[in-house]
Amino acid sequence: MLEIRDVTITYGKHVALDRASLTATQGRMVAILGANGAGKSSLLGAVGGRIRPASGDILYRGKSLLRLPSHRLVEEGIALVPEGRGIFPAMTVADNLALGALPARAGQGAAARMDEVLTLFPKLAQRRGQIAGTMSGGEQQMVAIGRALMSNPDLLLLDEPSLGLAPIVVKEVFAALARIRATGLTILIVEQNARATLELADDAYLMEVGRITKSGPAADIKSDPAVIRAFLGGSLAETR
Amino acid sequence: MIRILLPLIGLALLTVLPNYISDYGLGLLIGAATYVTLASAWALFSGQTHYISLATVAFYGTGAYTVAVLNEALPYPAVLACAALIGGAMALVVGLSTLRLQGVYFVIFSFGLAELTRQLITWYEVNVTGTLGRYIFLDITTRQIYWQMLALGAATLALTAWINRSRLGLALRVIGDDETVAAHSGINLARTKLIAFVLSAMILTLAGAITSPRYVYVEPAIVFNPTVSFLTVIMALLGGANRLWGPALGAVPLFLAFEYLSSNFPDTYPIFLGLLFIGVVFLVPNGLLAKLETLTARKAPQTKEART
Repeated sequence: MLEIRDVTITYGKHVALDRASLTATQGRMVAILGANGAGKSSLLGAVGGRIRPASGDILYRGKSLLRLPSHRLVEEGIALVPEGRGIFPAMTVADNLALGALPARAGQGAAARMDEVLTLFPKLAQRRGQIAGTMSGGEQQMVAIGRALMSNPDLLLLDEPSLGLAPIVVKEVFAALARIRATGLTILIVEQNARATLELADDAYLMEVGRITKSGPAADIKSDPAVIRAFLGGSLAETR
Repeated sequence: MIRILLPLIGLALLTVLPNYISDYGLGLLIGAATYVTLASAWALFSGQTHYISLATVAFYGTGAYTVAVLNEALPYPAVLACAALIGGAMALVVGLSTLRLQGVYFVIFSFGLAELTRQLITWYEVNVTGTLGRYIFLDITTRQIYWQMLALGAATLALTAWINRSRLGLALRVIGDDETVAAHSGINLARTKLIAFVLSAMILTLAGAITSPRYVYVEPAIVFNPTVSFLTVIMALLGGANRLWGPALGAVPLFLAFEYLSSNFPDTYPIFLGLLFIGVVFLVPNGLLAKLETLTARKAPQTKEART
């Protein structure tokens, strides 16, 4: 469904991503794991149209995405939840969600879609009228994900959804992700929280300083001794 | 109903007001109406998107200059139409190339645009036409200028009110909050910003064109005075740039204050301008209207907090 081919991203002389390739098949949840500065967000930024790769190509349903501006991607069925809560703090929860249904793609089904999203996030249903900025970090993240779902996407891009959240809230967010995954949506997620992500994902890619160093089914990655040492062990590996 | 009726009554009163005041009073009214228009038109683009533009005088001055150049060649309404079109075209060209700049880069660019326009016209006048100043002699009375400006100001507020309710207004607000999310909600960033920038620029240019007969003698240093850009920003911010009535609320008292200060303390009044700028940013960063709302909300806290 999504194919990233030999994508290189440079910031001036600095190479943030070096010929990375990745495939996300329909209906699967694909995780990109790695430490700070490994190039995870650059990779996701390239898929989301925010960063132009220096070389390589990104194909979605066989069509290159590189020429499309961000707002066209939504119509193609790609929704991004950017890092750090992509919400509008001054608006109510309901308005934030309604905003996600702006694209033509969302079409007439917006009301039904809203019900689905509120079923996925029961907490939001009780707080429809609340100003989003006054909610807790985890709830805001749910609003952001809900907003992305409102455009009726086929592919959901998540950039560090657990960033800066308390552990108990992270659990809640991942529980919500599990429910979304169960709906059959294709998900590409970038995370530092390797353990929780590997529990949920089908496939995983490991990144270190701009390169994909390992990939495969999440179950295999999870039991890989090198991975356990670097990502899942008690002491976190320092790469910077 | 009252929200439409009240402004209409106000407009009617302002329309007949010149019958009851002196010429000096009428001059003040024109100034106030001009700044209400400038600040509201500025806020139409900058208030929602948070793209702080210091290019107000680039358009205002261009409007005045258009009249100075064309007033003997074309009938007056056609001159005004030309001014609006030139301002709009200028904004279109400038906007296409610069609206991708963000934050402080856009501020500096817009300031540079005003200076560039002034220097280009100066260069052209000196080297090509061989003059620097131009005279505007038109059969337009002070009252007519006032009514035109009043109409433009009212139209600006009506347009803003309409935009605020439209999809365009929502898109602008969302862009001001977070461009990344806006783009991923399917909003065409470039087109949305461009529409608002061009609309705002057309009004600013028209305002310059309408007031220009008041100058009689026009030269670049007079009509491209950067103080106009700064005043416009302070006025809009003081009242509240993202509210419909905010810029107007800030413009009237500040214009009167500056009239008083500049005639009584002509050498030192820029000091007050600077102090005021700092004061506004520190004390009422979101504008007086927002401040008033938080104050009244504090008095009646039962509704919103009760739910959480």
